[in-house]
Amino acid sequence: MTDYNFAYLDEQTKRMIRRAILKGLAVPGYQVPFASREMPMPYGWGTGGVQVSAAVMTTDDQFKVIDQGADDTTNAVSIRSFFERTAGVATTTQTAEATVIQTRHRIPEQDLTEDQILVYQVPIPEPLRFLEPRESETRKMHSLEEYGLMHVKLYEDISRHGHIATSYAYPVKVEGRYVMDPSPIPKFDNPKLSDCPAIQLFGAGREQRIYALPPYTQVVSLDFEDHPFVASKADHPCGLCGVEDSYLDEVIIDDAGGRMFVCSDTDYCTARQADGFKGKDAA
Amino acid sequence: MQTQTLDGGFTQPALQAATAFRSVMEAMARPGTIRTITGAAPPAPASPAAGAVLLTLCDTETPLYLAGACDTSDIRTWIAFHTGAPLVGPSACQFALGSWADLMPLSDYPIGTSEYPDRSATLIVEMPDLNQSGATLTGPGIKDTAMLSLPDAAAFQANGAQYPLGLDFIFTCADRLAALPRSTEVC
Ligand SMILES: [Zn+2]
Repeated sequence: MTDYNFAYLDEQTKRMIRRAILKGLAVPGYQVPFASREMPMPYGWGTGGVQVSAAVMTTDDQFKVIDQGADDTTNAVSIRSFFERTAGVATTTQTAEATVIQTRHRIPEQDLTEDQILVYQVPIPEPLRFLEPRESETRKMHSLEEYGLMHVKLYEDISRHGHIATSYAYPVKVEGRYVMDPSPIPKFDNPKLSDCPAIQLFGAGREQRIYALPPYTQVVSLDFEDHPFVASKADHPCGLCGVEDSYLDEVIIDDAGGRMFVCSDTDYCTARQADGFKGKDAA
Repeated sequence: MQTQTLDGGFTQPALQAATAFRSVMEAMARPGTIRTITGAAPPAPASPAAGAVLLTLCDTETPLYLAGACDTSDIRTWIAFHTGAPLVGPSACQFALGSWADLMPLSDYPIGTSEYPDRSATLIVEMPDLNQSGATLTGPGIKDTAMLSLPDAAAFQANGAQYPLGLDFIFTCADRLAALPRSTEVC
């Protein structure tokens, strides 16, 4: 592996990103601005996450990429091969083996450890953006802890639907201070954000923001006394591995419109099947 | 003399900076833990650990304050050659290097603004000793409690009271380092 431009980015860019990561860790949930670089992939492919991964990666790492829980989508495969090529890093699909995991829209089912770093790809880092389009105003709102409007929005959900309808990118409060967007993970994953042994880093490329959760940070999903937060999922076991408590995707399995529910985390599901667990739809 | 001053940088900058950064990040993410960090040999009295932190984080974009005994012509030359960081006073710095006594008073350093708390200084504190005893730490990054030999508990309590504003600290001693972000509660 040549030393020059290890992990694609030049050294000055990595230093700038590394400084932003440290400030993000020092103020959990606060969005640190950074000068995002052009990456050789479109924005929708997680350029923020890729830049954060490039800044933390060493040659000793085992790198895993998941896209909505799967290791084998075009997006996941191309990010994995990008770092194999530019950093000579070893890659894996097994959560337990990985030391750096870049993710789009999921947290792995298997508990993370102190030896792991989870890097989230974030499309819209500002949880207040849909309430207030101006960056100058949302910055002010965060500085003054003006989060009342956020609660009003969630409460409108309740009056309209009888429950909080927001099911992805469900806002959280970090250590009682900053309201944070956890990226479009299903709210089923929200409880895993809190008290997590791994370091969690969030990178938004187009919006040029980095934020972080140190290990064991307290993260609370916003809710109301009369409508407490519920980490809901489809009320089925996995059709392939039979597990009752993992997040499921509904997939069409034949031309007749037959459907089944399967784990969104493909590594988790595959490992369970290899251990002999069988769901009702398993061959 | 000249060549000696210019020695001591990373021999494989990208790879060594990547490894060194992981030590710094793990230390900042887990206050109270102590990591080794190697690859740099700055002129005395700067420690190898402090040298590696400077090489990893500093460049022409990061104003640096050299406090007291660390403000020598050898160290200035080494920093100019290896990082290009502009040398400034404490009120304009993004990083500072010195012993705890030389870095005083903390009120001289930028602590960020309410809208940009990240615009605050990080102090690299050279320590005669670094171990997991003394002050008790709680907060983000710490499972239950941690302990660290801080130079002065009261100063860190006052710093933490300004949260989310405040200074962040990296403690260096020989080839080891620990860190204390502003979010840590010290008692
Ligand atoms: Zn399954």
